[in-house]
Amino acid sequence: MLQDLKELCELHGVSGDEVRIRDQIVRKVKRYAADLFEDPYGNLIVRKGDSIKPRVLLAAHMDEVGLMITGIEKEGLLRFRSIGMLPNVLMAKRVYVGDSKKLGVIGHKPIHLAKDDELKKMLKTKDLFIDIGVSSKEEALKVVQIGDYASFGTAYSEDGDIVKGKALDNRIGCFILLQMIMESDLPVHYAFTVQEEVGLRGARIVASRVKPDIAIAVDTTSSGEWPGDGDSPQYPVLGRGAAITVADRSVICDEDIVRMIRKTAEEEEIPCQDKKPMIGGTDAGAMHLAGVGVRSAVISVPARYIHSPLSYASKKDISAVKDLLNCSIKSMIRKGKEWI
Amino acid sequence: MDLIEELCNTYGPAGREHRVRAILERELKNSRFDLRTDRLGNLIAHRPGKSKGAQKIMLCAHMDEIGLIVTYIDKNGFLRFTNVGGVFSENALYQRVVFENGTTGIIGVEPSKDESKEGSKSGTKPKFERMFIDIGAHDRASAEKKVRIGDIAAFSQQVSYIDKKRIVAKALDDRIGCYCLVETAKRLKRKDHDIYFVFSVQEEVGLRGARTGAYAIEPTYAIAVDVTDTGDTPEAQRMEVSVGKGVAIKVKDSWFIANPVVKDKLAEYARALSIPYQFEILEHGSTDAAVIQLVKEGVMSGVLSVPTRYIHSTSEVCDLNDVDGTIKLLLRICTEGFD
Repeated sequence: MLQDLKELCELHGVSGDEVRIRDQIVRKVKRYAADLFEDPYGNLIVRKGDSIKPRVLLAAHMDEVGLMITGIEKEGLLRFRSIGMLPNVLMAKRVYVGDSKKLGVIGHKPIHLAKDDELKKMLKTKDLFIDIGVSSKEEALKVVQIGDYASFGTAYSEDGDIVKGKALDNRIGCFILLQMIMESDLPVHYAFTVQEEVGLRGARIVASRVKPDIAIAVDTTSSGEWPGDGDSPQYPVLGRGAAITVADRSVICDEDIVRMIRKTAEEEEIPCQDKKPMIGGTDAGAMHLAGVGVRSAVISVPARYIHSPLSYASKKDISAVKDLLNCSIKSMIRKGKEWI
Repeated sequence: MDLIEELCNTYGPAGREHRVRAILERELKNSRFDLRTDRLGNLIAHRPGKSKGAQKIMLCAHMDEIGLIVTYIDKNGFLRFTNVGGVFSENALYQRVVFENGTTGIIGVEPSKDESKEGSKSGTKPKFERMFIDIGAHDRASAEKKVRIGDIAAFSQQVSYIDKKRIVAKALDDRIGCYCLVETAKRLKRKDHDIYFVFSVQEEVGLRGARTGAYAIEPTYAIAVDVTDTGDTPEAQRMEVSVGKGVAIKVKDSWFIANPVVKDKLAEYARALSIPYQFEILEHGSTDAAVIQLVKEGVMSGVLSVPTRYIHSTSEVCDLNDVDGTIKLLLRICTEGFD
């Protein structure tokens, strides 16, 4: 069992509410860090080793998708906004609301009451509510207030090579960085960023502060193995290695760094595969535009069903990403001046 | 081949601007500029100001053009792709494309399955999912010898003329701006103001290069030089800009309102030099100045646009008289500044 990953995944940390994740990481890395800094926005920056050139920054975001309470009906039902999720994945799921972790269920009109046209149409978040088992607004207000977060209670589990849990996006990235901090002596700045899911917000501030020569976002990416799609792009695939980005909607990765990462994977026989181009965005999108610009790349762990209460990933891929980062950074540092 | 033709014909989609940069470096290396390339790939040419009150002025044109990125290679060797920047699918259809390694292809489309529906509306704008690049491969393995997922193609089209002064090319957006900057640099004589020429990257995917370029320079004033739409073709969207009627001085676009001091100065110089000019209000789109103006403590910014028809097609059209006017105006800015 990857105990550290389990602990990270089971903590609640929707965008803007990453404190529990940050505290957990601080507890784990404190004794390994040369320097540790929490910035005013909530990002955690951990330095290992001396501050050398080229300065390499690895970033993983701490926040996960979730819900925010936006209103309370007179019947005591909670209205909410979804942060990063389609309403389809929310129906009938259990969520924990607010600091008191009040258990609720996401409710919706049952089949008996639904009109014909309602059965056919795509679900909208406004058709849903959270039921915390109270029957009036007054009762609800005793345990919940507007602006409270709600998050899933999915328990982490493993099945052979497959890890299952909520928030794999991106506690997997946090877990990889955590392991590197504990195991490796590479001189690197590690950043655990906030508010990635709402617009890559924390990472920009981190990059402005750290002023790296090279930045790599470590994240998850949607896998592509869907049945019934015929001869359509079925990649990346769970278990086939680290996914390497050429470009997504937020960044066109530095060509030399991508080439070097691919070459490293080949030489070190680390399994790797392509990420689907031009889909999604990551912290690299914010980092490469910070200050005078930062040469940036993204390495991801493929995962199924991200941005839902439960996703799957492969331990082999997690190891591959970690190995690829370690080896790539070694060769970046070896090449030294070329990158500055 | 003249410089405009060479610049326009060259491969340089967003993120892959190195060949355009090499041409510009070659053109500028004998002039009195310090040349450097920053981390994102912007080429920055600097000529320090001589006088004490020299103003720091940044002139910016983007090197990149729109392109296509390979997302999948199917079993029969056809490449599936998506857009890099604002590609109109109907303009892309049956055009020729070229990859960095010289592999060429043409863009095809699956026949529509439902003729009645497609024929009416969406038939004219096919979705990228239904389109493909044919590179003449007979299966996936032979295609993969030439191209891999993530490779970026540019449109392939040689410059021609539809009239002595009317040039037709792909990527006039914004190689014509690059040309204006190079010509300005070459013709600069008096050493007055502190001038930075920035040839920026990745404008077409979100004005990315100009931001970091301006951050490093911290200019007082900035002028972006780019192309703009026109309203002078049959049934065109209403717009008071025409090809051949002079350089356009931007007032406003989607993300940008010109600094009034800069805008008025540009118009004043144009009148003084008897350069025809038009004021431009662009309703859809923007350019590098939109991000430059917001860098650090703010930059007083304006835009000079070369009026261009059929932007983001392989046959963009502009008028060389407008280009001459743009260069003359830029020269005046470099020597006289904005006071």
